[in-house]
Amino acid sequence: MAKTLAEKVWDAHVVRKGDGEGANAQPDLLYIDLHLVHEVTSPQAFEGLRLAGRKLRRPDLTIATEDHNTPTLDIDKPIADLTSRTQIQTLRNNCEEFGVRLHPLGDAEQGIVHVVGPQLGLTQPGMTVVCGDSHTSTHGAFGALAMGIGTSEVEHVMATQTLSLKPFKTMAINVEGTLRPGVTAKDIILAVIAKIGTGGGQGYVLEYRGSAIRALSMDARMTICNMSIEAGARAGMVAPDETTYAYMNGRPHAPQGAEWDAAVEYWNTLRTDDDAVFDAQVDLDANTLEPFVTWGTNPGQGVSLSAKVPSPEDFGDENAKAAAERALQYMGLEAGTPMKDIRVDTVFLGSCTNSRIEDLRAAADIIRGREKDPKVRMLVVPGSARVRLEAEAEGLDKVFKDFGAEWRFAGCSMCLGMNPDQLEPGERCASTSNRNFEGRQGKGGRTHLVSPVVAAATAVRGTLSSPSDLDPAPESAALTTDAA
Amino acid sequence: MEKFTTHTGIGVPLRQSNVDTDQIIPAVYLKRITRTGFEDALFSAWRKDPSFILNQEPFNAGSVLVAGPDFGTGSSREHAVWALKDYGFRAVLSSRFADIFRGNSGKQGLLAAQVAQDDIELIWKTLENAPGTEVTVDLASKTVTCGNVVAPFEIDDYTRWRLLEGLDDIGLTLQHEEDITAYEATRPSFKPLTLPARTS
Repeated sequence: MAKTLAEKVWDAHVVRKGDGEGANAQPDLLYIDLHLVHEVTSPQAFEGLRLAGRKLRRPDLTIATEDHNTPTLDIDKPIADLTSRTQIQTLRNNCEEFGVRLHPLGDAEQGIVHVVGPQLGLTQPGMTVVCGDSHTSTHGAFGALAMGIGTSEVEHVMATQTLSLKPFKTMAINVEGTLRPGVTAKDIILAVIAKIGTGGGQGYVLEYRGSAIRALSMDARMTICNMSIEAGARAGMVAPDETTYAYMNGRPHAPQGAEWDAAVEYWNTLRTDDDAVFDAQVDLDANTLEPFVTWGTNPGQGVSLSAKVPSPEDFGDENAKAAAERALQYMGLEAGTPMKDIRVDTVFLGSCTNSRIEDLRAAADIIRGREKDPKVRMLVVPGSARVRLEAEAEGLDKVFKDFGAEWRFAGCSMCLGMNPDQLEPGERCASTSNRNFEGRQGKGGRTHLVSPVVAAATAVRGTLSSPSDLDPAPESAALTTDAA
Repeated sequence: MEKFTTHTGIGVPLRQSNVDTDQIIPAVYLKRITRTGFEDALFSAWRKDPSFILNQEPFNAGSVLVAGPDFGTGSSREHAVWALKDYGFRAVLSSRFADIFRGNSGKQGLLAAQVAQDDIELIWKTLENAPGTEVTVDLASKTVTCGNVVAPFEIDDYTRWRLLEGLDDIGLTLQHEEDITAYEATRPSFKPLTLPARTS
């Protein structure tokens, strides 16, 4: 029978098929190839194991790092916040007790868990990957079935290396065409979410397909899969191809020699069969796509950057209308205001959505030789210690610092405002992260989700801007670029 | 896990869609390492507003939350479920739940009952016209009753069975440990192990 990519990966991991058929079917028991652990959603799971006298079944399929709650300044000093320090210490103690590999703050492999897995080569095509974090969908960029889970499921995976899951439906997201300059993967996914809504992907695994997706780098594919959850989908996938293999080859945990050949042979089978049928399908035209930005308080409330703030009256559905009214009030925006007239206080470049080396390079290319709007604060938080080192080797840290941005240590940082990196009440932020929820980046903070290049252009002008809005960079900039 | 058969308690109308888990419990409360004691964290930003529904009697004593569509979106934090339970909620009604939230609820004995939006509207009206009206959620018959409104709700059979029986998920899975071991023997050797650690 013809199968989609998601169905192939699912079927290859069924330990035990659930009894029954159709709507009455029991869940399947699926094997989990990789379990990523961090400090926030794991302590209660480890405690559960301890209380039940259970072991962690496969420490050799488990890896932990510290990211959500870590400071991005003074990382060599004890963490000032006592509760945070206790949580980090708890992870360290648990990893020691249960034999889990940990990359702690200060380690060269520490960083946002979804940046660390791929860069170590632990995320590979055809795997099942889980983590107590909804943005685990990121790893789907490799053709893995990757999903976020809650703490009870974290404990379940620790104890059994499996999950009980009901099969998902499948949705094809077809993106055909060529992106225009200044339009990125972030704009694709924001446009997809605006189109299908925050619940549109609920119950589905999304497969991103089409020429525009095939043309994307791995970093860009990760940006897209990362935000699948913002459309309600638990997972998003891209079929592996030569781009995937080129990224993987030579990574620390990538297969080598004959193992590599065997792996590639298998990975080549991981694509949706031509005659396979998706349960749903969505088309997006890459040729006409513009830089995208959110105006509201959920990731589906987005428009083209060249558009205006919508009016609640634009929405037919009563719930959407009420949500828009509430969002405009929270965001302090008036319907009809051009998005590009909106002034921001802060620009945040970071998060598991957009903190990889290509994101930093793209933003650096925009600001190189330009001046930051003096009223704007810009925070640059690399996704991992490794990305930070790589960026410094290329001199990107100097570009950001010369521009007047703060160059921080790796972590989740202002994406969720768990550590001290937060917005003040009423502050407005252009953020490359994934959620514009009320108070997400700090109590009363207002978030506009944007791509790295829009974030950079916004830092120059002080208002939401695309790179094409910028005056040509002074001549010295061109020289710097050549030198780099 | 505690068994759930039927529950009756004061209904709380929350006329809002897209109630994400950052609203249910903001990230600052996730620094704790316990599984209980989150009642103060529930909707903490909204509870600063005196007009918020949970700041009004008798809704502050509610145990059945009746919310708009797309409840529990966003972060996977199970703390959202713990906070709802710690506050005293036993059931949440919505026309659409985010997948992870619904899964987390099922593991913790919080009933996430999917009710058609038309019925939600009727229940909202009943609760607003007569604050303090109790809502009965009957898991055996999959019906919710509020005043004159009697509506069916959806929940997947497996979760329903586990809730009715109060079964522990891990215990159920470990009954199939032989299957897990057999599967492990078939995994291809090119699949990565995290140990021993390799770094660049």
